[in-house]
Amino acid sequence: MTNRNMALAQLERGEQAIIEFTDVNKWYGDFHVLKNINFSIKKGERIVVCGPSGSGKSTMTRCINRLEEHQKGSIIVDGIEMNDNLKNIEAIRKDVGMVFQHFNLFPHLTILENLTLAPIWVRKMPKKEAEEMAMHYLERVKIANQAMKFPGQLSGGQQQRVAIARGLCMQPRIMLFDEPTSALDPEMIKEVLDVMVQLAEEGMTMVCVTHEMGFAKTVADRVVFMDAGEIVEANEPNEFFNNPQHDRTQNFLSQILNH
Amino acid sequence: MAIEFKPSPSLPPPVKSVGAVAWLRQNLLSSPLNVFLTFFSVYILYLLIPPMIEWGLVNATWSGSSKAACTAGGACWAFIGARFEQFMYGLYPPEETWRINIAAILLIVMIGAFAIKTVNKLYLSISIIVVYPIIAYILFAGGSFGLEAVDTSLWGGLFLTMLLGIIGIVASFPLGVLLALGRRSNMPVAKSVCVVFIETIRAVPLITILFMASVMIPLFLPDGLNFNKLLRVLIGITLFSAAYMAEVIRGGLQAIPKGQYEAADAMGLTYWQSMILVILPQALKLVIPGIVNTFIGLFKDSTLVYIVGMFDLLGIIQLANHDANWLGTTIEGYAFAGFIYWAICFGMSRYSMTIERKLETGHKRN
Repeated sequence: MTNRNMALAQLERGEQAIIEFTDVNKWYGDFHVLKNINFSIKKGERIVVCGPSGSGKSTMTRCINRLEEHQKGSIIVDGIEMNDNLKNIEAIRKDVGMVFQHFNLFPHLTILENLTLAPIWVRKMPKKEAEEMAMHYLERVKIANQAMKFPGQLSGGQQQRVAIARGLCMQPRIMLFDEPTSALDPEMIKEVLDVMVQLAEEGMTMVCVTHEMGFAKTVADRVVFMDAGEIVEANEPNEFFNNPQHDRTQNFLSQILNH
Repeated sequence: MAIEFKPSPSLPPPVKSVGAVAWLRQNLLSSPLNVFLTFFSVYILYLLIPPMIEWGLVNATWSGSSKAACTAGGACWAFIGARFEQFMYGLYPPEETWRINIAAILLIVMIGAFAIKTVNKLYLSISIIVVYPIIAYILFAGGSFGLEAVDTSLWGGLFLTMLLGIIGIVASFPLGVLLALGRRSNMPVAKSVCVVFIETIRAVPLITILFMASVMIPLFLPDGLNFNKLLRVLIGITLFSAAYMAEVIRGGLQAIPKGQYEAADAMGLTYWQSMILVILPQALKLVIPGIVNTFIGLFKDSTLVYIVGMFDLLGIIQLANHDANWLGTTIEGYAFAGFIYWAICFGMSRYSMTIERKLETGHKRN
């Protein structure tokens, strides 16, 4: 544990990355889905990951809280190496919030119960305190008046905002977003992006897989482009969009920006 | 100036599509085939119902002390009346049957207490699952607190049927959940134990298991070590039903989207937390019809204990049919048994539908 405390102290001083991928490789059977990923993310950085479908961007993001296991290389998150040690995985998951494409709210629980579940059972917070905190985050995503409803009674955009609030209720140090707006109707995308922009402005470390290039331009510190399991290019948004280095990146950008 | 959009008002439906006449036209007389089927069914009912009423009610004999009293030509319900106590309690000593009644009333009161808002549901559940069985056992078996001991071989009738059914249901459900989780587990040992258990039990008829429980197991146990036949049969029924329950519940677990497991994992919930708090509540709700199906099956299968010499409701009725005073009352006996089984199973089925509606969260509840 002292090792971790030292690592955390270094992390706070900005000497060490909060997420560090070193030579990460992953296979699904014979399919080489992540190839030699080397990448580090500093505390407070906002990273947008983009790329064509099947490029490994979701898989890479999901390796950060070990929803996917990597087979080679090392991933160090928040000073903890990701391996088979269950204690490490549980410790990391407490500190990493995640928002999914399909929201994945628990349909049998009310909105409030969805938010207080993890604080009560994982953080062992008293119920009353957890509910107060949940209401605070629900207000932040402007949905407090729906607290007693069930997820099935909310629109897609509302559900995704609840999912973000649920992630925040763990008071995470890192938030992961796995295509948070891809399953939404166009008129609901903005309300979710607004919440994410607000979160970014508060200095949360964020890794976001998205095709919303407008979002990438306004909030990202760096944009990562992946293709065929590799990081092709990673750059700050201005350079990335105006002066892409690789032809593969140029190709991708021309496809998604010109229509 | 922009033109304001006003939705046009809703109109009432045409007269022909609502009301009793419309219902008849739509459901009974919508096509020539439907007209034919409707009249054919009415004719069949006409043939069946009046004779049944005549036999069962009009010409029935309601009291008497032997078959000889039944002279009206209809049903001899006097048989049921004369043997009613036995059908309810089996060979349990008649002067001790108040103990069964008290236990039954206590159970109903305790379950009814769930409806009272001020009662702590957790304590109530614990007392029903832990405290009640102890009280019931003391009452049924006796031998302590000044109660006369009643050997389990005398337990019978509806009492035995309910005992087997309730204990079988209560014990097989949690076991089935564990087996279903085990079968889907990543741990190879737990998984193979569960798979072997489920597949073995499902591959064997219940009668075989009951024979094993009542005849084979005592042969293998050393002298002096012997436990009660009722207990052995109960364990057999429970294990049998748990294997089926496990497969029903596994179906529910498979229907839960992967995203639910991932969301629970991503929050840092442990395996048991995510199962108990997130996955099982949803999976069990999905398979309520299947679970109740298994319960009803278990309840009715419990009549097979007759084969190993225990007299449950059906067994005791069959025994009474052989009474020289009541020869020729088989139909009345079976009709009575059928009615009791139907009432209990139908009750279970309706209750499960109520629960399903209560747990529905997809639409507006408030």
